[in-house]
Amino acid sequence: MSEILDFVIVSMVLVAIGIYGLVVKRNAIRMLFSIEIIANAANLLLVAFSRGLPNAQGQVVALFSIAIAAAEVAVGLAIIVVIFRARRRLSVDDLSLMRW
Amino acid sequence: MADPIFIAVAVLTVGTAIIALEARELIYGAISLAISMLGIAGFFLLLDAPFVAMFQIAVYVGAIAVLIIFAVMLVRTQALFTTKEDKKRKAAGIALMLIIMSSLGALFLASGLSGQFGQFNTSPPIDFTEIGELMLTYYAPALIILGLTLAGSVIAALALARRESITGQEEGEEEEAEQQRHERDS
Repeated sequence: MSEILDFVIVSMVLVAIGIYGLVVKRNAIRMLFSIEIIANAANLLLVAFSRGLPNAQGQVVALFSIAIAAAEVAVGLAIIVVIFRARRRLSVDDLSLMRW
Repeated sequence: MADPIFIAVAVLTVGTAIIALEARELIYGAISLAISMLGIAGFFLLLDAPFVAMFQIAVYVGAIAVLIIFAVMLVRTQALFTTKEDKKRKAAGIALMLIIMSSLGALFLASGLSGQFGQFNTSPPIDFTEIGELMLTYYAPALIILGLTLAGSVIAALALARRESITGQEEGEEEEAEQQRHERDS
């Protein structure tokens, strides 16, 4: 059987992949993918330590986190679709309207 | 050290996460992201948390992935292919990823996680009646705020979509005016 460290390492790899995506990709939807990957890694850590302690509160917080992620994706995709309708492109380099 | 099921799920999750970011077509990336989320649900099952795993499948795979796929279909595909990716930026991103992985990995391997604390198979798994009890007693205010947040996000998404249709009409009128101008010029 596996131990906590294995789950921690998988979570760390997922966070690194997500940060790579956030840094390199310029497509708004792909950056949303990266954010989702990082959020999933955080949930994995929460549940892993909840199992290891053992303490049920980690799983409760993970459930809250999943529900909040659903709300975040709904608003994020609405914003992306609105930006696409207005600008006809999705590269975040072009979205400099609110940059000082 | 780790059992084969864990390694299989880990390879599936990490591999599909990479494919989600690197797939040429965005729709394949979205499907790959859904599989990656399924892999995370598999981890939750391995951690004796079936309730969280079912919630993950219902919300992430059932709702979020489908929402993303719909958004990708709504966005014109031509805009998705024109991704100007800097070679230098990509190299810098990979370097940053490796630095984060190696430094965090060294940190975790040096910590006491692999010792006595990390062996969790002796303790009994958490019963999910305990989760329900916690949610309705200690975390009840958070649950109410969560419900309000979800309602607010749904209303916000609806408001954005509605305003977008109004501006869409205005854009259509502008396009007609531009066409008329072009016809006049020619």
